[in-house]
Amino acid sequence: MMAHHSRSGANSDAAMIAILPERGLADRLTGLFWRKPKLLLALMITPPLLWLGVVYLGSLAALLLQSFYSIDEFSGMVVQEFTLKTYAELLRPANYDVIFRTLLMAAAVTVGCAILAFPIAYFAARFARGRWKAVFYLGIMLPLWSSYLVKVYAWKLILAKEGIITWAAEATQTSAVLDAILTLPVIGGNSLSTSYIGMFMVFTYVWLPYMILPMQASLERVPASMLEASADLGATRAQTLRTVILPLAMPGVIAGSIFTFSLTMGDYIIPQIVGNSANFIGMAVYQLQGTAGNIPLAAAFAVVPIVIMVIYLWLAKRAGAFDAL
Amino acid sequence: MTAAVEFQSVSRHFGRPNAPVKAVDAVDLTIAEGAFFAMLGPSGSGKTTCLRLISGFEKPTSGAIRIFGQDVSDVPPNRRSVNTVFQDYALFPHLNVRDNVAYGLMVKGMARRARYDRAEEMLSLVKLADYGDRKPAQLSGGQRQRVALARALVNEPRVLLLDEPLGALDLKLRETMQDELKSLQQRLGITFVFVTHDQNEALSMADSLAVFNKGKIAQIGTPAEIYAKPRTRFVADFVGSSNVLPPDLTALLGGPKQWASLRPENTRLAVPTAEASGTVTALRYLGASTRVLMQMNGTEIAVLVPAGQPLPNQGDVSGISFDAGSLHVMAVGLDGEA
Repeated sequence: MMAHHSRSGANSDAAMIAILPERGLADRLTGLFWRKPKLLLALMITPPLLWLGVVYLGSLAALLLQSFYSIDEFSGMVVQEFTLKTYAELLRPANYDVIFRTLLMAAAVTVGCAILAFPIAYFAARFARGRWKAVFYLGIMLPLWSSYLVKVYAWKLILAKEGIITWAAEATQTSAVLDAILTLPVIGGNSLSTSYIGMFMVFTYVWLPYMILPMQASLERVPASMLEASADLGATRAQTLRTVILPLAMPGVIAGSIFTFSLTMGDYIIPQIVGNSANFIGMAVYQLQGTAGNIPLAAAFAVVPIVIMVIYLWLAKRAGAFDAL
Repeated sequence: MTAAVEFQSVSRHFGRPNAPVKAVDAVDLTIAEGAFFAMLGPSGSGKTTCLRLISGFEKPTSGAIRIFGQDVSDVPPNRRSVNTVFQDYALFPHLNVRDNVAYGLMVKGMARRARYDRAEEMLSLVKLADYGDRKPAQLSGGQRQRVALARALVNEPRVLLLDEPLGALDLKLRETMQDELKSLQQRLGITFVFVTHDQNEALSMADSLAVFNKGKIAQIGTPAEIYAKPRTRFVADFVGSSNVLPPDLTALLGGPKQWASLRPENTRLAVPTAEASGTVTALRYLGASTRVLMQMNGTEIAVLVPAGQPLPNQGDVSGISFDAGSLHVMAVGLDGEA
């Protein structure tokens, strides 16, 4: 006991026993945030909330508002009165075709991406470790580092009639196969670069990483013991895939498909460069707000992908795609 | 009678062939039909790998595994008539309890009505009759464990494998589940093989057990045999934390000059003698008794002093005494670790 007394006696300031000295501003701020935890939260989320609320949702609201205006046929001026006339115009055959075409392409690209992405994501989630994981991420991300335009033009050259695919088909005596594919009605064409098939390939290429990454993340969260339990209970590999892996990976598949679907729906460059110059939603928006100056119709077109995505998510939720979340 | 499970010189090596990690090393093992068999050992001793070899999640590097006489070395898990209760239960989070239990019947093509009836039966067996509509996330740890049990048993396996089945439960629940598992096994009459690192669990539940160490079986026997007559220092120390006496100390205490084991509960504090005395280094209060640790001739000796008897102080010098029959001389070096 004596030893204790002499020790505390050496520390003349009694407060220093329990409380360490403050080390400047950082300590004072830490103390402030400790006493008022909500203050830190408010400081952190106010700027992004302002950005999200004002700039992001605000401009979206402005867009929505524009779509309820109409354009005066003669003067070409925007009439700032609420009307559904502009939306009715979307149903005109020419405009309806644009929407239907874009929707089909977006759906095809999404399915194509999902089928291509699944084995890659599955391998990365289940088997890739250490260095192989790094190779995987690099391989997926590397194409995202180069310019989108460069990639699309590169694909135009690859798919062109004088391009490497035609050359490879000739070299391997498979020109007949390529020609047969190109003679398919609607999706075929003069060459791959001027057909829907070519456009589908380019879309699938540029959006594939956006499908792989969320899919891989969700597959990684499926514990190996889940797959073992399924096999243990007598399931074949196909049954395990259908009844365990896919339902558990579904949130990732949905997340990926939101990317591929909405990116395809809104793109206006690929349909201009590759394909048969048929109009797509993105192109229509681009032309309507630019050369035609029809902002309301452009806005109405832009609302279409949003509505479709909302319906898609609602259907996915109803089908139980998010049950595993 | 055919053995339920038979290992014939089974090895499972991991890593490079030129420097293998021998998770299971030439193990011979026979588990009788209807047994409640425990595989006991510290982590990394090969017990879980052995269980996975039976279920088929691991393939033996060499040797043969037979289940009811049939060689299963080449049979995938889904075609083995064994089922597993996983350590983390591995319940499917997107399915409700009923669908989880009926899963094995579903993949075998049983009609919905029939498999739901069976699932409900199984849920009643594990006392979860009204829980069919819940999701696994809405259950407690103990309830999840029962669902995992029902999900395995609904397939009527001939051997049920349990991987650390009670590890995640708290003490009270663990004791209840021990009794329930034991009575379930007796009622169903199927072979239970369970893996545990908890020696109390192994001793109280199993009717025979294998003690694993470094990929090999250190000893097989009934709980009583293994507790009373540990064959090696490892078994003596791991099962019941016996005092392991080096030959010199055994001789000082009046035994032969050989390795020996002495249970703390069979040891008493005594007046120190010239030959054998030690210093009390620590006391651990355990409720019904106090564990007194002392240093004697460079060896740590534990003595269990029942509650109510006088206790020494730390630093006191004391001797020990015991009945001659309590000192168990070990056949050392039998598993290469003297």
